[in-house]
Amino acid sequence: MSRMKKFNLPDLGEGLTEGEILSWLVKPGDTVTLNQPIVEVETAKAAVEIPSPYAGVVAELHHAEGETIDVGTPIITFDTTPGAAPSEEAPAAPSPAPSAESLAAVEIAPEDQPVEPGLIGGPAPGGRTSVLVGYGPKTVTAQRRPRRPAETPAAPLEDPELTLLPSIPDPLHSAAKPVRHGGLEVGRAAERAAEAASAPVRAKPPVRKLARDLGLDLASVHATGPSGTITRDDVQRAAQHATVTPLPTARPVAAAPPVASWDSSREQRIPIKGVRKLTAEAMVASAFTAPHATEFLTVDVTRSMRAVERLRASRDFAGTRVNFLVLVAKAVALAVARNPMINSSWDDARAEICVKEYVNLGIAAATPRGLLVPNIKDAGRLTLRQLADALADLVATAKDGKTPPADLSGGTITITNVGIFGVDTGTPILNPGESAIVALGTVREMPWVHKKKVRVRQVCQLAVSFDHRVVDGELGSRFLADLGAFLNDPETTLLAWT
Amino acid sequence: MGEMADGELVQLLTPEGELTEHPEYALSLTSDEYRDLYRDLVMVRRIDAEATALQRQGELGIWASLLGQEAAQVGAGRAMRQQDMAFPTYREHGVGYCRGVDPLRALGLFRGVDLGAWDPREHNFHLYTIVIGAQCLHATGYAMGIARDGKVGGDDGEAVIAFLGDGATSQGDVNEAFIFASVFAAPVVFFCQNNQYAISEPLERQTRIPLYKRAAGFGFPGVRVDGNDVLATLAVTRKALDDARAGQGPTFIEAYTYRMGAHTTSDDPTRYRIASEVEAWKLKDPIARLKSFLIRHEHADPEFFAGVESEADELAAYVRSGCLAMPEPAHSTLFDHVYAEGSAEIDAQRASFTRYQASFADGGVR
Ligand SMILES: Cc1ncc(C[n+]2csc(CCOP(=O)(O)OP(=O)(O)O)c2C)c(N)n1
Ligand SMILES: [Mg+2]
Repeated sequence: MSRMKKFNLPDLGEGLTEGEILSWLVKPGDTVTLNQPIVEVETAKAAVEIPSPYAGVVAELHHAEGETIDVGTPIITFDTTPGAAPSEEAPAAPSPAPSAESLAAVEIAPEDQPVEPGLIGGPAPGGRTSVLVGYGPKTVTAQRRPRRPAETPAAPLEDPELTLLPSIPDPLHSAAKPVRHGGLEVGRAAERAAEAASAPVRAKPPVRKLARDLGLDLASVHATGPSGTITRDDVQRAAQHATVTPLPTARPVAAAPPVASWDSSREQRIPIKGVRKLTAEAMVASAFTAPHATEFLTVDVTRSMRAVERLRASRDFAGTRVNFLVLVAKAVALAVARNPMINSSWDDARAEICVKEYVNLGIAAATPRGLLVPNIKDAGRLTLRQLADALADLVATAKDGKTPPADLSGGTITITNVGIFGVDTGTPILNPGESAIVALGTVREMPWVHKKKVRVRQVCQLAVSFDHRVVDGELGSRFLADLGAFLNDPETTLLAWT
Repeated sequence: MGEMADGELVQLLTPEGELTEHPEYALSLTSDEYRDLYRDLVMVRRIDAEATALQRQGELGIWASLLGQEAAQVGAGRAMRQQDMAFPTYREHGVGYCRGVDPLRALGLFRGVDLGAWDPREHNFHLYTIVIGAQCLHATGYAMGIARDGKVGGDDGEAVIAFLGDGATSQGDVNEAFIFASVFAAPVVFFCQNNQYAISEPLERQTRIPLYKRAAGFGFPGVRVDGNDVLATLAVTRKALDDARAGQGPTFIEAYTYRMGAHTTSDDPTRYRIASEVEAWKLKDPIARLKSFLIRHEHADPEFFAGVESEADELAAYVRSGCLAMPEPAHSTLFDHVYAEGSAEIDAQRASFTRYQASFADGGVR
């Protein structure tokens, strides 16, 4: 009996092909109990903890945090009887049975009759697999099992009685006349094949549209789909060929200098997934449901910058990081208190506007996982010191890519600090569910009229986008003016407002 | 989630573990009975936790967790009498447990080694139904059938209980079932676990009025019970089943509860609900409240709780080893239950498929 047990990354969510190791919760040498969480893995669907399948001692971690690995690859080895004599080989733990089974489901149709899209076990339109409960994942290409060499004749096609599909053909995509049999409509493969040969062009409407969009004549596309249908891939392949065909060159030049070209060989294709995909969805949802309006204000923030200097030197702020953003966070919290409606959300379902008394202050952060907006919970109740600590914490966690999901939900208003990139301002898009977002530009030395003289002052641009369904121009302007007033003269406004 | 007005909700045990009274639903149990309910809750949660872990370890394809809904399921399951028939969804592992169904039956389905085809007659527990709401029609038809068989009308009559979710109330099938049940006074109880979500869709997307109020429009009583209170759920479901068996027709029960986990293991609930909501529901935990009641009123001592824990450990070990030991099914079993009496057509398909499998280098053994 081998005591070393390898554990392979299982399919954590119905048809997933890979996962990323977010963090290891154990290290080699650790003793683990059965079902003790060992690793956090993020898939296209969720970040989940995997409980240990064995009790024993961790012998080896096969992959580092941040690596994306294929389902079925060993990720960890356990010594299940530590102290016993070492054994030679370390066979993998029984491979995850269910995922193998789900692949098998895709494979049950004979080779010449692949499962048709839309049937159970086959890819559904849009490249998703039909699943039992819940939404389906993107399809996976099923690997084919090696077939036996010809000695066993491929029986199915010879006996017409045996050419029936083991699953119910989709009548929409089968030209065969259905035969009523025992309550099931069963198409005959031979008839279907004959039909397929003479049929003109067979493709589903979305595929036809794709071809149209790409300016392709479907008749010129080689069909590889079931019953001779043209698939999305066929069209894309054809389109690629069409564009890759060399452009006719008028005058061949010896040792040609780089010719201007704009074909796909000079395009980089980045899969849209993970945080990029979520961000895109959130942005589209926000931009097209909440009518945005944006207002701008240029502010002399010299006093704020001096205040930052003084706070840094103050004993009350020893050991924390004070910067301009901390004051802006405070400004937002105070301005919200003076203009509560800005901190609300539009609840379409209930036909209500939900005004929040708490400020969960989101800070847009560029992280290794992409753009994330973790928020500081109940920031309105925090002292400046606590705000500074919370911000430092949030930024550090985000930079490590370790922001927990709870920090990402429940935000009520957001600050995006585009100033760190040296730009003056932008027109930010609302974080979905929120009614306002503040963009903070870079702080520059500028000529500025100060006490009736042109002086060099530290100046910054602020922008506020708001959901115009909830926030009128007046409220938006007041909020922005309050932010400006605070950053222009934090001490006085603080005394006046609190 | 808006809190309901007082009085709407039938509750017999508060989240703090204090007994309260309700004018219509009295329940007085012996210490033994209280303890049994506690044991059921703990066992059911443990089966669920082990199955969830097995999924994460690649041993199940998917699992639909009932975490948080134990009291609703145990209350309903224990309200049933031997002769009553249950029509579950895919989440009713707790009801199955109360009926005496081996938890491995459900695991077999989600491991993909069988089609979940147990004998519904064995424990009067119908097959898991994944098509949302379809079981309400099956249950109603079955109830109309037993009424016609004359099995309804006395204290020893038969009754039927259909399980459904809040999201299912939006299905046509469910509304059709309500109409048939109402018009034919079918002996069926519609037990809706309102766990506040249909995957990611919150209750607000299903209804503008409390779900239990819908029943009035169909012409039968609707009750909202605290689904995290096993005592209230037991009392309310018992009454509804007794009404049904006595020939009084259907009742709709809305067990107000919360899905503490993901919709299934393929889902990430942090994408659509906020942590504070989950935290608030933790305070209403069905097991914690019964435990504090048992302790405070000295219905149980520390040995009892320790005993239940080790019993749960044993059950978990049984579930794990049973799951890992499940045999791979023969391919041909796929064809076994298409027709009760078999058919030449199916025989031909089986033969073809067997030959096809044999054409693989590995001999079709996987
Ligand atoms: C007819 C049908 N439509 C859609 C689905 C996909 N689906 C699976 S579970 C689910 C949500 C059901 O929600 P609910 O009725 O509240 O039950 P819960 O899962 O919360 O227990 C949906 C839409 C399905 N299984 N069947
Ligand atoms: Mg639900």
